[in-house]
Amino acid sequence: MLHTVNKSPFERDSLERCLQYARKGSAILLIEDGVYGALKGTVVTDKVKKAMKNVTIYALYPDIEARGMQDKAIDGIKLVDYGGFVDLVTEHRNVQSWL
Amino acid sequence: MSETTGGVEMDEEVSGVVKKFLYVNRKAPYGTIYALESLEVVLIAAAFDQDVSLVFLDDGVYQLVKGQHTKPIDVKNFSPTYRALEGYDIEKLYVEKESLEARGLTEADLIVPVTLLSATEMAELMEDQDVVMSF
Repeated sequence: MLHTVNKSPFERDSLERCLQYARKGSAILLIEDGVYGALKGTVVTDKVKKAMKNVTIYALYPDIEARGMQDKAIDGIKLVDYGGFVDLVTEHRNVQSWL
Repeated sequence: MSETTGGVEMDEEVSGVVKKFLYVNRKAPYGTIYALESLEVVLIAAAFDQDVSLVFLDDGVYQLVKGQHTKPIDVKNFSPTYRALEGYDIEKLYVEKESLEARGLTEADLIVPVTLLSATEMAELMEDQDVVMSF
Protein backbone atom coordinates (compact mmCIF):
# COMPACT_ATOMS: atom_id res chain seq x y z
CA MET A 1 0.00 0.00 0.00
CA LEU A 2 1.05 3.58 -0.71
CA HIS A 3 0.33 6.15 1.98
CA THR A 4 0.41 9.88 1.25
CA VAL A 5 0.65 12.65 3.86
CA ASN A 6 0.02 16.28 2.91
CA LYS A 7 -0.07 18.03 6.30
CA SER A 8 2.74 19.45 8.42
CA PRO A 9 3.66 17.07 11.28
CA PHE A 10 3.82 20.09 13.58
CA GLU A 11 0.21 21.04 12.95
CA ARG A 12 -1.62 17.72 12.54
CA ASP A 13 -1.10 14.15 13.64
CA SER A 14 -1.46 12.80 10.06
CA LEU A 15 2.18 11.72 9.77
CA GLU A 16 2.22 10.20 13.23
CA ARG A 17 -0.95 8.17 12.54
CA CYS A 18 0.35 7.15 9.13
CA LEU A 19 3.59 5.88 10.67
CA GLN A 20 1.57 3.84 13.15
CA TYR A 21 -0.54 2.29 10.40
CA ALA A 22 2.06 1.73 7.68
CA ARG A 23 2.98 -1.96 7.60
CA LYS A 24 6.40 -3.34 6.84
CA GLY A 25 7.31 -2.98 3.18
CA SER A 26 4.78 -0.26 2.41
CA ALA A 27 5.60 3.16 0.99
CA ILE A 28 4.90 6.64 2.33
CA LEU A 29 4.96 9.67 0.06
CA LEU A 30 5.19 13.10 1.68
CA ILE A 31 3.64 15.91 -0.39
CA GLU A 32 2.66 19.58 0.07
CA ASP A 33 3.13 20.61 3.74
CA GLY A 34 3.78 16.92 4.46
CA VAL A 35 7.35 17.45 3.22
CA TYR A 36 8.16 19.25 6.49
CA GLY A 37 8.18 15.74 7.94
CA ALA A 38 11.09 14.78 5.66
CA LEU A 39 13.62 17.19 7.13
CA LYS A 40 16.73 16.79 9.25
CA GLY A 41 17.11 18.24 12.72
CA THR A 42 13.44 18.59 13.65
CA VAL A 43 11.51 17.21 16.61
CA VAL A 44 10.00 14.50 14.36
CA THR A 45 13.22 13.48 12.56
CA ASP A 46 14.00 10.56 14.89
CA LYS A 47 10.51 9.13 14.57
CA VAL A 48 10.74 9.22 10.78
CA LYS A 49 14.23 7.69 10.74
CA LYS A 50 13.01 4.87 12.95
CA ALA A 51 10.09 4.19 10.59
CA MET A 52 12.50 4.03 7.64
CA LYS A 53 13.76 0.68 8.93
CA ASN A 54 10.41 -0.85 7.90
CA VAL A 55 8.92 1.38 5.23
CA THR A 56 10.28 3.35 2.28
CA ILE A 57 9.71 7.06 2.56
CA TYR A 58 9.49 9.33 -0.48
CA ALA A 59 9.10 13.10 -0.69
CA LEU A 60 7.90 15.19 -3.61
CA TYR A 61 10.91 17.32 -4.52
CA PRO A 62 8.97 20.21 -6.15
CA ASP A 63 7.24 20.74 -2.78
CA ILE A 64 10.59 20.67 -0.97
CA GLU A 65 12.04 23.22 -3.38
CA ALA A 66 9.01 25.52 -3.10
CA ARG A 67 9.56 25.65 0.67
CA GLY A 68 13.28 26.41 0.46
CA MET A 69 14.28 23.05 1.97
CA GLN A 70 16.50 21.82 -0.90
CA ASP A 71 19.41 20.57 1.22
CA LYS A 72 17.54 19.54 4.33
CA ALA A 73 15.94 16.17 3.51
CA ILE A 74 16.86 13.24 5.77
CA ASP A 75 19.42 10.92 4.10
CA GLY A 76 17.67 7.86 2.74
CA ILE A 77 14.40 9.59 1.91
CA LYS A 78 13.82 9.18 -1.82
CA LEU A 79 13.07 12.39 -3.67
CA VAL A 80 10.64 12.09 -6.57
CA ASP A 81 9.11 14.41 -9.16
CA TYR A 82 5.51 14.35 -10.42
CA GLY A 83 6.33 11.47 -12.78
CA GLY A 84 7.69 9.54 -9.80
CA PHE A 85 4.48 10.26 -7.90
CA VAL A 86 2.47 8.69 -10.74
CA ASP A 87 4.83 5.69 -10.82
CA LEU A 88 4.31 5.11 -7.08
CA VAL A 89 0.55 5.19 -7.50
CA THR A 90 0.67 2.65 -10.34
CA GLU A 91 3.15 0.38 -8.54
CA HIS A 92 0.93 -0.02 -5.48
CA ARG A 93 -2.38 -1.82 -5.34
CA ASN A 94 -4.06 0.98 -3.41
CA VAL A 95 -3.48 4.38 -1.84
CA GLN A 96 -4.39 5.75 1.56
CA SER A 97 -4.29 9.56 1.81
CA TRP A 98 -3.76 10.89 5.33
CA LEU A 99 -5.32 14.35 5.18
CA MET B 1 -14.22 75.85 6.88
CA SER B 2 -15.14 72.34 7.75
CA GLU B 3 -18.37 72.69 5.80
CA THR B 4 -16.62 73.76 2.62
CA THR B 5 -13.98 71.05 2.87
CA GLY B 6 -16.55 68.36 3.47
CA GLY B 7 -15.34 67.29 6.88
CA VAL B 8 -11.62 67.07 6.12
CA GLU B 9 -10.74 68.31 9.61
CA MET B 10 -12.55 65.39 11.17
CA ASP B 11 -10.79 62.96 8.84
CA GLU B 12 -7.43 64.36 9.85
CA GLU B 13 -8.30 63.85 13.47
CA VAL B 14 -9.30 60.26 12.83
CA SER B 15 -6.19 59.47 10.80
CA GLY B 16 -4.08 60.91 13.63
CA VAL B 17 -4.91 57.91 15.84
CA VAL B 18 -2.10 55.38 15.70
CA LYS B 19 -2.84 51.96 17.11
CA LYS B 20 -0.56 49.06 17.73
CA PHE B 21 -1.41 46.26 15.31
CA LEU B 22 0.03 42.78 15.72
CA TYR B 23 -0.22 40.14 13.02
CA VAL B 24 0.23 36.58 14.27
CA ASN B 25 1.39 34.11 11.60
CA ARG B 26 1.18 30.42 12.45
CA LYS B 27 0.81 28.67 9.07
CA ALA B 28 3.31 27.32 6.56
CA PRO B 29 3.40 29.32 3.31
CA TYR B 30 1.88 27.22 0.48
CA GLY B 31 -0.37 24.50 1.93
CA THR B 32 -3.04 27.06 2.77
CA ILE B 33 -3.78 30.66 1.72
CA TYR B 34 -3.32 32.14 5.24
CA ALA B 35 0.27 33.39 4.82
CA LEU B 36 -0.43 35.23 1.59
CA GLU B 37 -3.66 36.76 2.96
CA SER B 38 -1.81 37.95 6.06
CA LEU B 39 0.73 39.77 3.90
CA GLU B 40 -2.06 41.51 1.99
CA VAL B 41 -3.69 42.74 5.18
CA VAL B 42 -0.35 43.84 6.65
CA LEU B 43 0.28 46.03 3.60
CA ILE B 44 -3.17 47.62 3.98
CA ALA B 45 -2.47 48.54 7.61
CA ALA B 46 0.87 50.00 6.55
CA ALA B 47 -0.94 52.31 4.11
CA PHE B 48 -2.83 53.76 7.11
CA ASP B 49 0.41 54.60 8.96
CA GLN B 50 -0.27 52.30 11.88
CA ASP B 51 2.24 50.83 14.31
CA VAL B 52 2.63 47.35 12.83
CA SER B 53 4.41 44.32 14.24
CA LEU B 54 4.56 40.84 12.73
CA VAL B 55 5.18 37.69 14.72
CA PHE B 56 5.94 34.24 13.37
CA LEU B 57 5.17 31.19 15.52
CA ASP B 58 4.90 27.46 14.94
CA ASP B 59 4.74 26.63 11.20
CA GLY B 60 4.56 30.38 10.51
CA VAL B 61 8.37 30.49 10.77
CA TYR B 62 8.47 28.54 7.48
CA GLN B 63 7.13 31.64 5.71
CA LEU B 64 10.49 33.34 6.20
CA VAL B 65 12.77 30.53 5.04
CA LYS B 66 15.32 31.52 2.39
CA GLY B 67 15.64 29.90 -1.02
CA GLN B 68 11.96 29.26 -1.78
CA HIS B 69 11.65 28.25 -5.40
CA THR B 70 8.01 27.78 -6.33
CA LYS B 71 8.12 27.49 -10.11
CA PRO B 72 7.94 23.66 -9.97
CA ILE B 73 4.59 23.80 -8.11
CA ASP B 74 3.33 26.69 -10.24
CA VAL B 75 2.40 29.12 -7.45
CA LYS B 76 3.61 32.65 -6.73
CA ASN B 77 6.67 32.90 -4.52
CA PHE B 78 5.71 35.70 -2.15
CA SER B 79 8.70 35.37 0.17
CA PRO B 80 10.58 38.35 -1.42
CA THR B 81 7.72 40.55 -0.15
CA TYR B 82 8.99 40.13 3.43
CA ARG B 83 12.17 41.90 2.33
CA ALA B 84 10.13 44.75 0.86
CA LEU B 85 8.22 45.42 4.11
CA GLU B 86 10.99 47.74 5.26
CA GLY B 87 10.01 50.08 2.42
CA TYR B 88 6.54 50.35 4.00
CA ASP B 89 8.05 51.17 7.40
CA ILE B 90 7.28 47.71 8.72
CA GLU B 91 10.45 46.84 10.54
CA LYS B 92 9.24 44.95 13.60
CA LEU B 93 9.43 41.25 12.77
CA TYR B 94 9.57 38.78 15.64
CA VAL B 95 10.20 35.04 15.50
CA GLU B 96 9.64 32.61 18.35
CA LYS B 97 12.91 30.91 19.26
CA GLU B 98 11.27 27.64 20.33
CA SER B 99 9.45 27.28 16.99
CA LEU B 100 12.69 27.68 15.03
CA GLU B 101 14.52 25.17 17.20
CA ALA B 102 11.78 22.53 16.94
CA ARG B 103 12.17 22.72 13.15
CA GLY B 104 15.97 22.54 13.10
CA LEU B 105 16.20 26.11 11.80
CA THR B 106 18.34 29.09 12.82
CA GLU B 107 18.22 32.82 12.11
CA ALA B 108 20.67 32.17 9.24
CA ASP B 109 17.94 30.23 7.39
CA LEU B 110 15.67 33.31 7.26
CA ILE B 111 15.25 35.75 4.38
CA VAL B 112 15.02 38.90 6.56
CA PRO B 113 16.56 40.16 9.79
CA VAL B 114 14.25 39.39 12.72
CA THR B 115 14.20 39.67 16.49
CA LEU B 116 14.14 36.30 18.23
CA LEU B 117 11.87 36.11 21.28
CA SER B 118 11.08 33.35 23.72
CA ALA B 119 7.44 32.28 24.08
CA THR B 120 7.26 34.21 27.34
CA GLU B 121 8.57 37.38 25.73
CA MET B 122 6.20 36.87 22.81
CA ALA B 123 3.26 36.68 25.22
CA GLU B 124 4.32 40.02 26.72
CA LEU B 125 4.48 41.59 23.26
CA MET B 126 0.94 40.36 22.53
CA GLU B 127 -0.35 41.79 25.78
CA ASP B 128 0.93 45.21 24.78
CA GLN B 129 -1.11 45.51 21.53
CA ASP B 130 -4.33 47.36 20.68
CA VAL B 131 -5.34 45.00 17.88
CA VAL B 132 -4.22 41.41 17.31
CA MET B 133 -4.99 39.64 14.04
CA SER B 134 -4.37 35.93 13.58
CA PHE B 135 -3.53 34.02 10.45
